Amino acid sequence: MQNDNLVEIEDVEFGYGDRPVLKGINLTARRGQVIAIMGSSGCGKTTLLRLIGGQIKPGQGKVRVAGESLGELDSAGLYRLRRKMGMLFQFGALFTDISVFDNVAFQLREHTDLPEDAIRDLVLMKLHAVGLRGAAQLMPAELSGGMARRVALARAIALDPMLVMYDEPFAGLDPISLGVTGNLIRRLTDTLGLTSLVVTHDVQESLKIVDYVYFVSEGVIVAEGTAAEIRASGLPYVHQFVHGEADGPVPFHYPAPSYADDLRLGGQSA
Amino acid sequence: MNKTVLDLWVGLFVIAGIAALLFLALKVGSTSAVSASNSYEIVARFDNIGGLKPRAPVKSAGVVVGRVADIRFDNETFDAAVTLRLDKRYAFPKDTSAAIMTSGLLGEQYIGLEAGGDSQTLKDQDRILITQSAVVLENLIGRFIYGQAQEGAPQ
Amino acid sequence: MLKRSIENLGNRTIQGVWRIGFAARFFVAMLLHSGTAFRRFGLTIREMYFTGVLSLIIILVSGLFVGMVLGLQGYETLQTYGSEEALGILVALSLVRELGPVVAALLFASRAGSAITAEIGLMKATEQLSAMEMMAVDPIARVVAPRFWAGVISMPLLAALFSAMGIFGGYLVGVQLIGVDEGAFWSQMRSAVDFEQDILNGVIKSVVFGIAITTIALFEGYDAPPTAEGVSGATTRTVVTSSLVVLALDFVLTAFMFRGLS
Repeated sequence: MQNDNLVEIEDVEFGYGDRPVLKGINLTARRGQVIAIMGSSGCGKTTLLRLIGGQIKPGQGKVRVAGESLGELDSAGLYRLRRKMGMLFQFGALFTDISVFDNVAFQLREHTDLPEDAIRDLVLMKLHAVGLRGAAQLMPAELSGGMARRVALARAIALDPMLVMYDEPFAGLDPISLGVTGNLIRRLTDTLGLTSLVVTHDVQESLKIVDYVYFVSEGVIVAEGTAAEIRASGLPYVHQFVHGEADGPVPFHYPAPSYADDLRLGGQSA
Repeated sequence: MNKTVLDLWVGLFVIAGIAALLFLALKVGSTSAVSASNSYEIVARFDNIGGLKPRAPVKSAGVVVGRVADIRFDNETFDAAVTLRLDKRYAFPKDTSAAIMTSGLLGEQYIGLEAGGDSQTLKDQDRILITQSAVVLENLIGRFIYGQAQEGAPQ
Repeated sequence: MLKRSIENLGNRTIQGVWRIGFAARFFVAMLLHSGTAFRRFGLTIREMYFTGVLSLIIILVSGLFVGMVLGLQGYETLQTYGSEEALGILVALSLVRELGPVVAALLFASRAGSAITAEIGLMKATEQLSAMEMMAVDPIARVVAPRFWAGVISMPLLAALFSAMGIFGGYLVGVQLIGVDEGAFWSQMRSAVDFEQDILNGVIKSVVFGIAITTIALFEGYDAPPTAEGVSGATTRTVVTSSLVVLALDFVLTAFMFRGLS
C-alpha cells in the first residue's frame, strides 16, 4: 500500500477511429471511496471504464491501477490485475446459459482450485449479501432487471476484488430497486473495503451514496467535488445536470441549420 | 440440463458415430489394398490394356486373388507393364496366362488369370509370359452401332 | 455514379481482405488457446451435446431419405443396363465419397453453425464476452475453442452416421422393397468400396468441413455487430458462406483424392 490512490488517470486521450472521445482526462480514486463519474449519454464514461479495465488502451496518457500502468502490462499481467477488479455491466451481462449460482461461482471455478463445498458456501454468502440467496437455482432469464443486476453484483465481488466498476447501475430500474442498488453499493464498499467507481447519469440517486463526483462533458472533466459541493455548484453545466433542465450549456437541439431555413420560410422570416 | 444426462447423451452419440464408422469400414468397404507383407508382385505385359485402371481386381476362376498395383508404359518395348499384387495364399504355375476382361457389357475391366500346368510357381517380380490384351473399345462401339442400325432398319 | 460504384467496390474489397486477415488471426488464436478445451474436456463435451447430439435427428432422418431416394433412382437407371446388383455400389460409393460428408456438412452448417453464430453473437451483444474478459477469463479459450473442437469431433461422426443411415435406406428400398438380391447388394458393395480410398477419404473430407464450418460460424458470431440485425445478419452469412465453402472445398478435395481413379 504505497499509495492511497487505487486508480490514477493522467492526461488520457482516446478516440474511436478519428472521432475523439476523451481529450485529456485526469482522475483519481482513493481507496475505500465511492466515486461517481457523471455526464450526459455518450460523453465517454463507459469508454473510461473500459480503459481502466484494460479492454482498450489509451491513445495518450497513463492509466494506473494499484500502481501498475495498464498500457505497459502484457496480457498475462493484465489478466492477473483483472482478477482484482469486478465490473457490473449495464444490463448485468449474466451468462444466460447457466444458473444464478453458476454465474456467481464462475470466477471461483475458473481461478481457484477450491473444493465444490467451499465454492457453494462462498457463492451463497455473496448471494446473501445482495439478498438473493433464495434465487440461486433460477436461470438469468427468470430474473427481473433489478435482480439480474444484483446477481451481477454478487458475481463481480465473488473474488473479493479491490476495485468494482459499475456501468450505469441505476438505468432502467424502478424506484425501489434503485434505492436497493444504491444502498448495496455503499454498504458493500464499506463492509468489504472496496473502492467503487460508478458511471451514471442518475444524479439524485448517486449523490446520496458517493464520496466524490467527476463531471465529464465532451471528453474533458468539467467539474469535480464532493456530493455537497456538487449540489451547491454554481457552474451552469453542473446546475443544468443536477436539476435536469432541458436547455442550458447542453442544448436541447442537436446542431442543425436554422429552423426557418429548414421549413423553407426563407423570405418571410425576420 | 443435468451434467450427467448430458454426458450420457454425448457418450451415446460418440458410440453411435464410431459404430457407424466401423459399419462403413467392415460391412461396406474392404481393404482391397493387400498389405505388402501378405502379398507378392508379378508383372504382365500387354499390347493394349484398354480401360484397365490401378486397383482393378485380379481374378482367377472368378475369385479375387489380388489387385492391379501399378500400370506403366514401357518406352523401350512400347507396351504396357502392369504390376499385379497377389495374395500370398495363392500360388500360380509359371505358365499362367493373363487376360484383360470386362465384367458385363459395360462393367469394369479386370485381369483374369488362367492357371497353366507348370510344376514351378510364380515368384515375386516374375513375369507372366502369355497375355491377352483388352477388347478394343472401338470394336465394341462398332458392334453397338451396327446392332442399332439393324434394329432400326425394318421400321 | 460510376465513380461511386467503383469506390464502393474498392471499399468492399478492402473490407473483405481485412476480414480475411482478422479471420486468420482469429483461427490461429483459437488453435493457440485450445489448451483449455482439452484440459477441461467437460467444456468440450457440453458443446458436443449442442452441436452433435442435437443435430442427430436431422442427420439420421435426412440420411435415411437420401439413401432411399438413391435406391429408387439408382435402381431405375441401373435396371436399363440390367445391372441392378450394382445398386449397392452406387448407393455406398455416392454416400461414402460425396453425399455423406457434403450433405451432412450442409445440414450441420444450418443446424449447428447458425446456432453457434447466434449464441456467440448474442453473448457479444449482451456484453457476456466483455464480462468474461473483465473476469480475467479469455473468451477465446473458454467459449470459442471448446465449440471449435466439439464441431471438429462431431462432424465426422455425423457424416458417418449419415452414410450408414443412407446405406440402410438404400438397402430398405433396393432389397426389401424392390427385391434386388441381398447377397449381391452387399458383396458387390464390399468389393467396390475401398476402405482407404473411399471411406478414409470421406472421413478426411468431413473433418475438413467440420473445421471450416465451425471456424466460419465462430468467427461470424465473434465479429457480429452487437445488435439484433447484426446477429441475424451474421447467422445468415454463416449458413451461406459455410455452405459455399463446403461445396468449393469438396471440389478441391475430390480433385486431389480421386483423380485418376475409377
